[in-house]
Amino acid sequence: MKKVLVLGATSAIAQSTVRLLSARGASLYLVGRNTERLEAVAKDARTRGAARVETETLDLDDATQHEALVERAAAALGGLDGALLAHGILGNQEAAQRSYAEAEKVLRTNFLSAVSLLTPLANRFEAQKAGTLVVISSVAGDRGRQSNYVYGASKGALNVFLQGLRNRLARSGVAVVTVKPGFVDTPMTAAMKKNALFAQPEKVARGILRAADARKDEVYLPGFWGPIMFAIRGIPERVFKRMKL
Amino acid sequence: MELQSWGRYPRVTQQRERPVTWTTEPLPVPAGGGTLLPYGQGRSYGDSCLNAGGSLLTTARLDRFLDFNPATGVLRCESGVTLDAILRLVTWQGWFLPVTPGTKFVSVGGAIANDVHGKNHHQAGTFGRHVPRFELLRSDGSRRVCSLEENRDWYEATIGGLGLTGLITWADIQLRRMSNPYILQETLPFGSLDEFLPLAHESEADYEFTVAWVDSLEKGRRLGRGLFYRGNHAPPQFDAVPLTRSHLSRQSGLAVPFDFPGFALNRLSVAAFNWLYYHRQRGKPSEGLVHYDPFFYPLDGVHRWNRIYGRRGFLQFQCVVPASDTGMAALREILERGARSGMPSFLTVLKMFGDVPSPGWMSFPRRGMTLALDFANRGERTYRLVAELDRVTREAGGRVYPAKDARMGPESFAAYYPERERFARYVDPAFSSSFWRRVNNLPAHLPSPAGRGTG
Repeated sequence: MKKVLVLGATSAIAQSTVRLLSARGASLYLVGRNTERLEAVAKDARTRGAARVETETLDLDDATQHEALVERAAAALGGLDGALLAHGILGNQEAAQRSYAEAEKVLRTNFLSAVSLLTPLANRFEAQKAGTLVVISSVAGDRGRQSNYVYGASKGALNVFLQGLRNRLARSGVAVVTVKPGFVDTPMTAAMKKNALFAQPEKVARGILRAADARKDEVYLPGFWGPIMFAIRGIPERVFKRMKL
Repeated sequence: MELQSWGRYPRVTQQRERPVTWTTEPLPVPAGGGTLLPYGQGRSYGDSCLNAGGSLLTTARLDRFLDFNPATGVLRCESGVTLDAILRLVTWQGWFLPVTPGTKFVSVGGAIANDVHGKNHHQAGTFGRHVPRFELLRSDGSRRVCSLEENRDWYEATIGGLGLTGLITWADIQLRRMSNPYILQETLPFGSLDEFLPLAHESEADYEFTVAWVDSLEKGRRLGRGLFYRGNHAPPQFDAVPLTRSHLSRQSGLAVPFDFPGFALNRLSVAAFNWLYYHRQRGKPSEGLVHYDPFFYPLDGVHRWNRIYGRRGFLQFQCVVPASDTGMAALREILERGARSGMPSFLTVLKMFGDVPSPGWMSFPRRGMTLALDFANRGERTYRLVAELDRVTREAGGRVYPAKDARMGPESFAAYYPERERFARYVDPAFSSSFWRRVNNLPAHLPSPAGRGTG
């Protein structure tokens, strides 16, 4: 990935990944909602060695902008060979249970906006027969749990969409990498009590680039979430539904 | 996790953690009007980085580089950036830190707030001297770019200001040129404290880096014997030397995975370590080429080495005394008291400070001899010992380093830091620390004063 569009560039995981890409001398088109924050991330990227850094302030919930955004990024960087979708919200499960409007917000940001962005990106990469699409999903998408099933559903739907996209793009030489982090110590999880399962965003970012370089299909980050989620997926539903998770 | 200082003494409770992530945004307003204190990497030893009953503004995520000019060596970065991160960015481009303390795992903000020093103090002065400019964010939302030219009083109050004048959001650092990552180092054994002084004097002009390790167990005739290290950045003819394992000796990548039990560090093991350390040199001077990492950061190779002192932690004591007969007598008494104590210092370091002035009013270093000792925390006995060392320092006209202190009282502080009253006017009304309350006779858990919360 040498010319990369980064969506949700001010998120902690995206920032850490941007640092690693910058040290490799990549060109970056950074997109986020807050201009001042974006500027700080862009300065950091430039200082760390990014060949070129452009920024655009945009709320990615606004899907009408997505096609043009991909065009602008490709024009600014002289092409695109990678995209990192790192924007997302955790939402509030209780609020989402009470009100569909809250649930829809989570689905819009985490799932619908990703579909909307991946459509022009996939078409562009398919046409150029090259590129890597890296999408940050979550272990929460592997199984619905009462404590966060709206968030989980947004990520589960995303996973299925990415499976299909991967299947479609395999013959075009385009990699679709689904990244499933577990708990990461970021502002998104600021309210949660930290325990030994929490990983630092730097570690997750290293895993993301390893997976992208190797053109992996799906990765759990850190890797120990693989066996954990395998076990959780294996619990029969009639047992699972009585568990407090 | 509970935030602690590096010495893990004192332990304070009811501290809230408030991460600061963006320089451009206002400070979090303390809930219920409690006080704020910036907290970088927690490498201060005592309680100058703690705020019992208040909030800690953690800066670990305020770690972006903002600009680096490889032609001039001026780096601009956010205050949570560590010296380690700076070294990774600049050393391969031929630049190095102008001043570095004995660990690279400190934040830039912490290095300014404690106006840290290193082995080159006699030539380069303190860290703050190489920070031409920084931005200070106060709890009332005001921002000041501080330098010798603009907001000079705030500049001078904040360097060495222990984080109390507000939050440093970003800073410029003037780096120094380096041709290769090597240090040409000489090691010279000296038999007593009296032999240290001429060595230190004769080395000042020709060696950028000087420091001495002192055998803390010796008394009487051999009191203050040790090894004198001096060195310089290796000149360009060493550029082509390939890096080998020998240049990186003792870089183990080890970590201390758990607290050592209290008995692991006892008089016998400390004595054995100190004896072996001295005799490894076999009484002869030696020369060598070493990488900067083991030269400047020998302890950084062992992550969380502070755990060898056990759960009760340890107390550091660092003073500077005049390079005079009075000062020598004070050092002798401090070393003797340390050696006679039940639990002698594990690692004792002696250095001659130079007379390069710091811009900071509250900066610790001044011309004289500085001695650092550490004592495992054995409760009252240790506190009494440290109080004695403090008294000896005060009577000799010296001063104690706040970044390493956990015990000094208001009288000592007043004697050591005559600028404290002028400084106090620049302390942010919403900021405080456990250290600041201790040395100002304020309650350890400061009840939130009405109207102070937002400054």
